[in-house]
Amino acid sequence: MNIDLAVVLAGNANVGKSSIFNQLTGLGQIVGNWPGKTVEIAEGVLLHHGKHIKIIDLPGIYSLSTYSQEEIVSREYIALEHPDVVVNVVDATALERNLFFTLQLLEMRTPLVIALNLVDVAKKKGMIIDEERLQELLGAPVVPTIATKGVGVHEIIDEAIKQTAKQSSVYKNVIRYGSEIEQRIEKLERVLVGIDIGYPLRWTAIKLLEGDSEIVNKVGEKHPDVVVTANILAGEISEIHKEPCSNVIASERYAVAARIVKEIQTSKEPAKASMSERLDSLSMHSVWGYALMFTIMLSILMFMSLFGGWLSETLRNLFESVNPHITGLWPDLAWNGGVVGFYATLSVALGFILPFYLILGVLEDSGYLPKIAYLMDRPCHTIGLHGKACIPLLLGFGCNVPACVGCRIMETKRDRLITVFLSTLVPCSARTVVILGLVGAYVGVQWAIALYVVDFMLIFVIGKILNRILPGVSVGIIMEMPPYRLPSGKVVVKQAWNRFKPFLLTALPLIIIGSIIVEAMRITNVLFFVSSALSPVTVVWLGLPAFTGFLFIFGVIRKEAALVLLATTAGTLNIRSVMSPVQMIVFALVIMIYVPCVATIAALIRETGWKNATLIAFSEIGLAVLLGGIAFRLLSVFM
Amino acid sequence: MSKEHIEEYIEAIYDIAGRDGVAKTTEIAEHLHNAPASVTEVFQRMKQKGLVRYESHKGVSLTAKGFKTAMRMKRKHRLLEVFLDKMLHLPHEKIHDQACKMEHTLSDETETALCKTLKGPAECPHGSPIPPCDLDVTNCQECLAEQTLELEKREKDIVSITSLKPGEKGKIAFIQGGKGVIQRLCDLGLTNRTSISIIRSAPMNGPIEICVRGCKLVIGRDIANKIFVHAEG
Repeated sequence: MNIDLAVVLAGNANVGKSSIFNQLTGLGQIVGNWPGKTVEIAEGVLLHHGKHIKIIDLPGIYSLSTYSQEEIVSREYIALEHPDVVVNVVDATALERNLFFTLQLLEMRTPLVIALNLVDVAKKKGMIIDEERLQELLGAPVVPTIATKGVGVHEIIDEAIKQTAKQSSVYKNVIRYGSEIEQRIEKLERVLVGIDIGYPLRWTAIKLLEGDSEIVNKVGEKHPDVVVTANILAGEISEIHKEPCSNVIASERYAVAARIVKEIQTSKEPAKASMSERLDSLSMHSVWGYALMFTIMLSILMFMSLFGGWLSETLRNLFESVNPHITGLWPDLAWNGGVVGFYATLSVALGFILPFYLILGVLEDSGYLPKIAYLMDRPCHTIGLHGKACIPLLLGFGCNVPACVGCRIMETKRDRLITVFLSTLVPCSARTVVILGLVGAYVGVQWAIALYVVDFMLIFVIGKILNRILPGVSVGIIMEMPPYRLPSGKVVVKQAWNRFKPFLLTALPLIIIGSIIVEAMRITNVLFFVSSALSPVTVVWLGLPAFTGFLFIFGVIRKEAALVLLATTAGTLNIRSVMSPVQMIVFALVIMIYVPCVATIAALIRETGWKNATLIAFSEIGLAVLLGGIAFRLLSVFM
Repeated sequence: MSKEHIEEYIEAIYDIAGRDGVAKTTEIAEHLHNAPASVTEVFQRMKQKGLVRYESHKGVSLTAKGFKTAMRMKRKHRLLEVFLDKMLHLPHEKIHDQACKMEHTLSDETETALCKTLKGPAECPHGSPIPPCDLDVTNCQECLAEQTLELEKREKDIVSITSLKPGEKGKIAFIQGGKGVIQRLCDLGLTNRTSISIIRSAPMNGPIEICVRGCKLVIGRDIANKIFVHAEG
């Protein structure tokens, strides 16, 4: 396909870039009301009046001086890929901070369109924005948008096309710094003439004065003398202002941003606290905030357990009422393998996985996740992390793969490694299926909750140990707090579907094929050999029935498969007849902790490298076997 | 001959000299691990500077000027020992050697500041008395009172945002910390002289929520401790 135009969406975190992207491309980028959702570049193509337009969604970024890993991705894309047009998505309710970034884009001289998003929210807050004047001041087209409703998104593309049409447009310098700085920028520009590192001269000069490590390295490679000159000039500026040169420049940019906002925006201070603020004082309260958080978590667990249990029970009754008596190899394979596999997958999918994704969507879209980061910051310090780590960990309840990738919001390599490790220990929806579907349904909800408690304690202990082993300390949390908003039903459903689809496409066929294979192996007695090879661990140490050995192996592919195939492997739907309550608990405990599934292992390798991934996988197997054996012996005393 | 070198000799003479104030050349040489011949040479130079009385075969003794220098060195050494022990919590066995190295580079001004910070200690961690200073004050209290007055004045003006209560406001005076964190805070709008207000803080020294340039930010306690503001009413 011929791409006529490449348009990049850039801007601060949580301003609606991904929403605009989804509106334009019809794709399903994860959206939600918290900063740091998008950690990777996403691309999609839009057909707009006969033109193929590539849309690129970037992680949020506050400045072109970067801080965390996902922001470096954005900056490099804007700076090095030379997109045809950059669409700077701007939050109309927080103009000053957003324009700080816009000004930097203008300094880079990228062809620019401003998408003034959330204009509806700004209006509600009593902010009146003079869009035309803003356009004049910035020298770039301004398009008011409401991304969630798709208002204005296509006008952005119209403007983007116009922008590229007027090639070589002359940019005026929106920012004139103080004369003491301008003089030194000019001086540096003169030194830089003839040195091309792919950026505009003025921008390179400013970045050198700011001491931006990447630009300093690039220029310093061939022209160390220029870097020395820049350092001297920067030193002079900090001498005059009594603060580091980069701070002086940031201050000046903010001063310009503040001046623009003052000129174009009039706002009435709302008389009373907004709904979101009133909710904040409850959900971030020193006592009630925590109470609310625990209540929410516990209710989700209870609801899932009860609803999932009820649904699989209903489905099973329905299913057993039509149970035909079959004989012969092929009908047996088809029925006990295929159909039973299908039924079992369906009941875990509809009973546990889909409802959880819906709940997660509501949590994400409402803006509650950052509040948890705030509440849990102090507790996170005891395991050497800060509150932001809670977000990937919470995402881990859905699936460990996005959780591992989401750890990129952690600023240091050390914090990232600890968070990645811990997020693989979070019981994902597949493991929830096993815990709630087996222990919750057959032994009792209290035992299922006990397993969660054990898991959280394990996460805490492992965190403590990693904090000891890995050198360094966490940098601490710096995070934007978005206001609450009413979750949009459409977004939540769409999001849940986007997350559920891969499950249907990969897990469902895989599990059905798996159950057919298992049924075949059971008939041919292969299952017996595989299971007995593992029996020293499964039977002797863990006290489980021999057939579970095979389930552990299959569980590496999909953890929920371990439960689904349990029925097929045991040859009966009545699990109570083949496993005692203690065995069910031990089985679920081992499934919960032992080696992450293949998809997670792949994510681990990508995020932390082979060495760490192997280390994490093996230490988790060891832990699972150790704890499983201990649990078996302890529980056998009581039950 | 370096200043440090001479100071070492003066201290050695002070430590070794008997009741009559005289130390033998051989003892000094042994103490400083130097050859007696070179030690004699140093004594000659110190004599020229008026720091010691020296006659070969009779031994060496400090002059009034030399004695004053010796006291000053002892004072610096013992103050540093207190500092290394009380403030930096260095192991006891290490503080003497470390103080020996640091004492020669400690300026008189720093010495006074150190004494004030340590609230005018009387003894070193090993129990030896710390010689008094030669400042124009009648007693330590006077000096310390002056110090606290200064501190209070400063604290009233500039405070860390963690000492503000919810609802209180301040204008940023300065931020301490690593380059990365300061840059990040600047990028988020916490530049000098920016007005910020405290919204709430989490219990048990948890993070605090602030409002800056119309945006709400949550900042960890360790970072917030290092953000200083001119408190406003």
